[in-house]
Amino acid sequence: MRETAVVSQPNPLQRIPGVAIVLVLLIALFGAIAPGFLSVANLSNVLVQSTILTMLALPMTLIIMTEGLDLSMGAVLTLTSLCVAIVSLATQSMLLGLGAGLLVGAAFGTVNGWLVAILGIPPFVATLGTLGMAQGLSLIVSDGQSVVGIPHSVRDIYSATLLGVPVPIVMALVTYAGFHTLLYHTRFGTYIFALGGNREALRYAGLSPNRLLIAVYAIGGAMAGIAGLLMTARMNSGHPTAGLGLEFDAIAAVAVGGTSFERGNGWLLGTLLGVISVGVLRNGLNLISLPSSVQVASVGVLVIVALFLDGLRSRA
Amino acid sequence: MTDITKGAIAPTRSFLSQDAIQVFYRLLAALLICAVLAVLSDSFLSLGNVLNVLRQASLTFFIASGLTLVVLTAGLDLSVGANVALSACIAGTVIHKTGSPALGILTGLACGGIVGLLNGVMVTALRIPSFIATYGMLWVLNGLTYWYMAGETLHGFPAGFRQIGSGYLFGLPIPVYLLLVFLGIGTLLAQRTIWGQEIYAIGANPVAARLSGIPVARRLLLVYAVSGTMAGLASIIFLSRLNSAEADIGESLTLPAIAAVLIGGTSLFGGVGTVFGTFIGALILTLVLNGMNLLAVSANWQPLVTGIIVILAVWLDMKTRRRAQ
Repeated sequence: MRETAVVSQPNPLQRIPGVAIVLVLLIALFGAIAPGFLSVANLSNVLVQSTILTMLALPMTLIIMTEGLDLSMGAVLTLTSLCVAIVSLATQSMLLGLGAGLLVGAAFGTVNGWLVAILGIPPFVATLGTLGMAQGLSLIVSDGQSVVGIPHSVRDIYSATLLGVPVPIVMALVTYAGFHTLLYHTRFGTYIFALGGNREALRYAGLSPNRLLIAVYAIGGAMAGIAGLLMTARMNSGHPTAGLGLEFDAIAAVAVGGTSFERGNGWLLGTLLGVISVGVLRNGLNLISLPSSVQVASVGVLVIVALFLDGLRSRA
Repeated sequence: MTDITKGAIAPTRSFLSQDAIQVFYRLLAALLICAVLAVLSDSFLSLGNVLNVLRQASLTFFIASGLTLVVLTAGLDLSVGANVALSACIAGTVIHKTGSPALGILTGLACGGIVGLLNGVMVTALRIPSFIATYGMLWVLNGLTYWYMAGETLHGFPAGFRQIGSGYLFGLPIPVYLLLVFLGIGTLLAQRTIWGQEIYAIGANPVAARLSGIPVARRLLLVYAVSGTMAGLASIIFLSRLNSAEADIGESLTLPAIAAVLIGGTSLFGGVGTVFGTFIGALILTLVLNGMNLLAVSANWQPLVTGIIVILAVWLDMKTRRRAQ
């Protein structure tokens, strides 16, 4: 049991090396062997493609900081993406679609939080169960088919630019700023550190750890809803398997970014660099024409290595 | 976590009666589901359907039985489904290339076992939490399998080999005999050997187990290797039953296997549960899914129902444990 009530922002100098070295090595590697990797068009492509992952990895960081995990995020994103597609198709309104996605996502997140906090079910099993539920609902609402004919207002979100910057990147930056403020500059953020570090202290301070925990998971679900909008816009359709497995990239980004799975401290900038590392790895392997299966396997290896190093560090 | 008196009551005979009561409840539940389905559907009690349920339950049981040992040690193996897919594809290739089913079976078992051993190494030597280590392994195996198969399907295996999964002996499907054999072996191993008792002890309290001289790391390695080998065995039976192998055959296997273990009364927190319970769990899950099938519920509903069952099973387990304390 940890004794400290509040863990302050970790010393960046201690952390930057790990994930930054990974990122620099990956960029150097693919810059050397992958033709066209360092072109401006490709690099901005990597960033745009990383936006969906950013929206999952940031809340995943908070969840992992509470010594939790959300395996259902990819499946929930798939479901919210379908909801966005179906509702925006029916109403021709992007905002109503987004609203539906947000609502369904937040509902799933709340259920996750309720199972973990109130029923006390271990997070990885609770969210494995809701993964199955979200996957099943995705198949049921879509009847296993793609939803096509999405209105322009949804499609344009992914391709539009704001002052020359692609809108998805603007959304990701706003999200990052929001999470940074939430975690490091609000009382709620301090409580999140305490949820992982010292839950008893919260109780003694007269707060309800359960309610805070549910809020953290609900934020994760809501973010999956926003990411679902981007996914639908990117694919120009809703597809019942679109986001399956994305939670793994998110966990990979958090692990590579240096957030510990056992000590209740997290680092958002590290997660952001982790997201870009995963994006660079996938893009680079793609450019040297290795199939997506190899990308999946190499992200798996990346996670195991990162966790191994994390284990070494925590024992050091 | 370091309280060495936790789970101090050795799970020996006194515990078995408690287990027996739990298994009895689950048998009752299975019978109840049977009764309901027999009323709702005319074809439920047909010989063809009963044999189908038994065969389906035995496939789930092979994966779930090895997984039970892992869960008894308070661990989890999320890679079993992906392991089945890789082992089936590799075993299928070997049979195609060499024409020898025996060699293929050995390769499948070895592939499964090696994957399990790697899981064990990650959990013991690298000290990565089991659910996240095996989750990483899941994606590594998925990637490897898809890369290896490159979208191809292997099909057409020797008739003798196909008998393993689809043949009959004295009117019963051959997998059912295999089920009885492994149910017996698993139960003896877990309940009647020191090795089995040590697994319960590790799950109940790893610190106390280590202090009393149990080689915890070696036992854990073995448990994960057994779980992997059982996935290898399941891959052979799938291969033989489907008469084909594709990269995606493992995707819908992990959640049902975990569901079978949890419905069967094995606690996620380790130290409590039986292999026989897992058999009942596999039976109950198969009955529910079979019943949905008979009542013409779309297969799209299966992941949703399985997910709900997983959560219900854990919740019930936690409730009964809390009351027992």
